[in-house]
Amino acid sequence: MNFPENLKYTKDHEWVSVEGNVATIGITDFAQKELGDIVYVDIPSKGKTIAKDEVFGTVEAVKTVSDLFMPLSGEVIELNADLDAAPENVNNDAYGTGWMIKATITNPAEIDELLDATAYKQLINA
Amino acid sequence: MKYVALNDLHAGLGAKMIEFAGYNMPVLYTNLIQEHLAVRNSVGVFDVSHMGEFMLKGEKALELIQLVTSNDASKLTDGKVQYSCLPNDKGGIVDDLLVYRWSADEYYLVVNASNIEKDWNWISQHNTFGVEMKNMSDDMSLFAVQGPNAIKALQKLTDVNLSAMEYYTFCGGTMAGCDDVIISNTGYTGAGGFEIYVWNKDAKKMWDAIFEAGKEFDIIPVGLGARDTLRLEKGFCLYGNDINDETSPIEAGLGWITKFTKPFIMSEHHKAIKENGATKKLVGFELIDRGIPRQHYMIKDAEGNTIGEVTSGTQSPSLNKAIGMGYVAASHSKVDSEIFIEIREKMIKAKVVKIPFL
Repeated sequence: MNFPENLKYTKDHEWVSVEGNVATIGITDFAQKELGDIVYVDIPSKGKTIAKDEVFGTVEAVKTVSDLFMPLSGEVIELNADLDAAPENVNNDAYGTGWMIKATITNPAEIDELLDATAYKQLINA
Repeated sequence: MKYVALNDLHAGLGAKMIEFAGYNMPVLYTNLIQEHLAVRNSVGVFDVSHMGEFMLKGEKALELIQLVTSNDASKLTDGKVQYSCLPNDKGGIVDDLLVYRWSADEYYLVVNASNIEKDWNWISQHNTFGVEMKNMSDDMSLFAVQGPNAIKALQKLTDVNLSAMEYYTFCGGTMAGCDDVIISNTGYTGAGGFEIYVWNKDAKKMWDAIFEAGKEFDIIPVGLGARDTLRLEKGFCLYGNDINDETSPIEAGLGWITKFTKPFIMSEHHKAIKENGATKKLVGFELIDRGIPRQHYMIKDAEGNTIGEVTSGTQSPSLNKAIGMGYVAASHSKVDSEIFIEIREKMIKAKVVKIPFL
């Protein structure tokens, strides 16, 4: 499994890439593997401001459904529309074409609370 | 936790192991959809050695079986298998099972792993017939070799003419050099194939031989995850989901294994349900709006009234549709009835469809 050093992670298995005040968010390689074949990603939260650790959507796999949690407080400004037709991108390319949302960060101090790749790997015993 | 004979082999193959019915079981080897489609299109192997096997032997074995099971076991002849259930004394089901007839006074019962002890106690309690009972569950392994190419792979391993065996028949024989094997033309996938019962001491030898014989058909091991999606596409009930201690076989659409040609435990009760019409029925449905139904989601009518509950649901890998089963009020049980599944506080439109889905 792959956990790029340039990303930040959460204990709920989301990854975050921060550029300026915009965070791109998805789920980790570990999470996609645990879920198995992803059938669709349901994100009803575009335009909404959501607090850190609150649910911004759900991911439906063949076997199970799982909530998606905001790694940082922010406003959801963009969804990855390609996932509608190709949800398998989350399985095949979790950190690339499998990204889920972009959000503007409302509390940059929270960035420091995120895990780095080493800490995340420890969390999942990778 | 209990372990099947080949536990270490599955772990070595990289299977994801989970606790299921008290056993450490492979739920997934590589990818659920791949495993599912391998069975539908070619051949896959499930280690379902957690299943329970009881032997019932004696002059009055049939009498005991007739009392505790809902189907009419007197219709069995030597070498035939029958799907049946054990009704409880409260109108529900203790378990569903297969009844194998070796001879007029010797039968095997194959039961769900989660219910081995419950079934054993239940049958023992009703055994006032002096029938000899033996629980062989811990000594036997069971490999379900399923899919259209299963027969071609297995035929290489035995002199038994597999193509001459009808669905729901079995025989004892030699396979892969192992004696005393039970070859059974049964399964839980609707994909064709056989179930092979083998003593634990021969389990590894049999497993390896099956994979060698299936190589040319790209045989793969298949986990319990795909077992669930495969059985659901065929509308087969899963005990604990679709049937349980409280459901009548009549409500569950199992009238075809509930025969009133003989008395059995609570037969008058189930007969009355059949004659008066069940007030709730197990139906199949597919979603029209996007979503995936899951066990325990509520089923609603157009006005938002609760009319039932989902008992099984998934995204069907073969149909690429969201499908499920659940109990609904009889008024909504007709094919094409519009129903709604409540998913995360949203009403997702669905319609009742015929079972099997595939």
